[in-house]
Amino acid sequence: MMMRINGYTHYDDANYQYLNHDYANYDCANYNYVNCNYANYNYANYNYANYKESIRVNAKAIVVTSGKGGVGKTTTTANVGAAVAQIGDKVAVIDTDVGLRNLDVVMGLEGRVVFDLIDVFEGKCRLKQALIRDKRVDNLYLLAASQTRDKSSLNDEQMQDIVRQLLEEEGFDRVFIDSPAGIETGFQTAASAATGALVVVNPEVSSVRDADRIIGLLEARGIEEVKLIVNRLRPEMVKRGDMLEVDDILEILGVKLIGIIPEDEKILVSTNIGSPASLSDTHKQSAGSAFRDVARRMRGEDIPFPVLEGSGSLFSGIRKLFGGS
Amino acid sequence: MFSFLKRDNSRDKVKKRLQLMLAYDRAEFSPGKMEAMQEELIEVIKKYFPQEGNTRDYDVTLERREDHLVFIANVPVQ
Repeated sequence: MMMRINGYTHYDDANYQYLNHDYANYDCANYNYVNCNYANYNYANYNYANYKESIRVNAKAIVVTSGKGGVGKTTTTANVGAAVAQIGDKVAVIDTDVGLRNLDVVMGLEGRVVFDLIDVFEGKCRLKQALIRDKRVDNLYLLAASQTRDKSSLNDEQMQDIVRQLLEEEGFDRVFIDSPAGIETGFQTAASAATGALVVVNPEVSSVRDADRIIGLLEARGIEEVKLIVNRLRPEMVKRGDMLEVDDILEILGVKLIGIIPEDEKILVSTNIGSPASLSDTHKQSAGSAFRDVARRMRGEDIPFPVLEGSGSLFSGIRKLFGGS
Repeated sequence: MFSFLKRDNSRDKVKKRLQLMLAYDRAEFSPGKMEAMQEELIEVIKKYFPQEGNTRDYDVTLERREDHLVFIANVPVQ
């Protein structure tokens, strides 16, 4: 009955001034965000001196998973995958949600799918033929799931072989495997081919519970590099004590943090137009930038975490005693 | 200011609920089984302490203590 436990208490005071979107001023057509008013959120920085080396992800085959559906697995796969490719690595993103594929549409590549993962499994095409090259970013490729089949078409050995071929024969640096929701075949196959994992969690009770289950299953598979992305954080709710803080989630789940993604309308806009926000959104406090930070941390860069200063935390209480804001 | 006066916000509640829920999940032990286990424990204790008649004070709970999950059994025998 041992439990995984991990306390993050080392974050440091700093003056990250965060944001309040002023959406009146953005020019949607050109995807330019003009004049955002980011004055009202007050963030603090984590001091990750002790964790620097552990944030880097050495695994080349990374499953993106969550247990619960709708928390942002596909969005994370598209955005982090695209950002890693933009930095310079050769990246393949694979959709394993057979029957309910969506990574293709989120990336805006749905019109170019000819062959899919199951076609490769069944020998209907060569792996190279099924890889769709993204025209916006060099070195970014998609392997779509089949939309007409179901999870029974998946096969662990074949999945592992495809990932091996991508890494060893096709010269890919990273392979991101977008897992379906749940803990059944789809997840198992996706995880079977991975040596690292990005677990996506929302600051909400059912997502955290499911993430705990998924982390247990990943560890049981021997996947050691498990990193957490807290997605859709709403700073104003944390501030008034109505949302789990990142610290709470880390304490409960006992895994290492690699990203904090704020709730951001621009993610919906970016999926509407089929272009990952991490490629185009240059605003420092956007979800797109937060995804880009995940990509850079994966590669070992030391990027500070902007973390909401919650009103209820002991830490902020102590800071108040010493005259902090 | 004075946020410590209203500690019991929904964030604290969800955190406590999650910690307890995950303690049971990780132990693969359903919360409803606690009562049955308590009754069985009482039977065993009665066998060794037959003179103790009052079982109302027996209390068995599952608790999270740092990195361990522990059963706490409070059983007055004298």
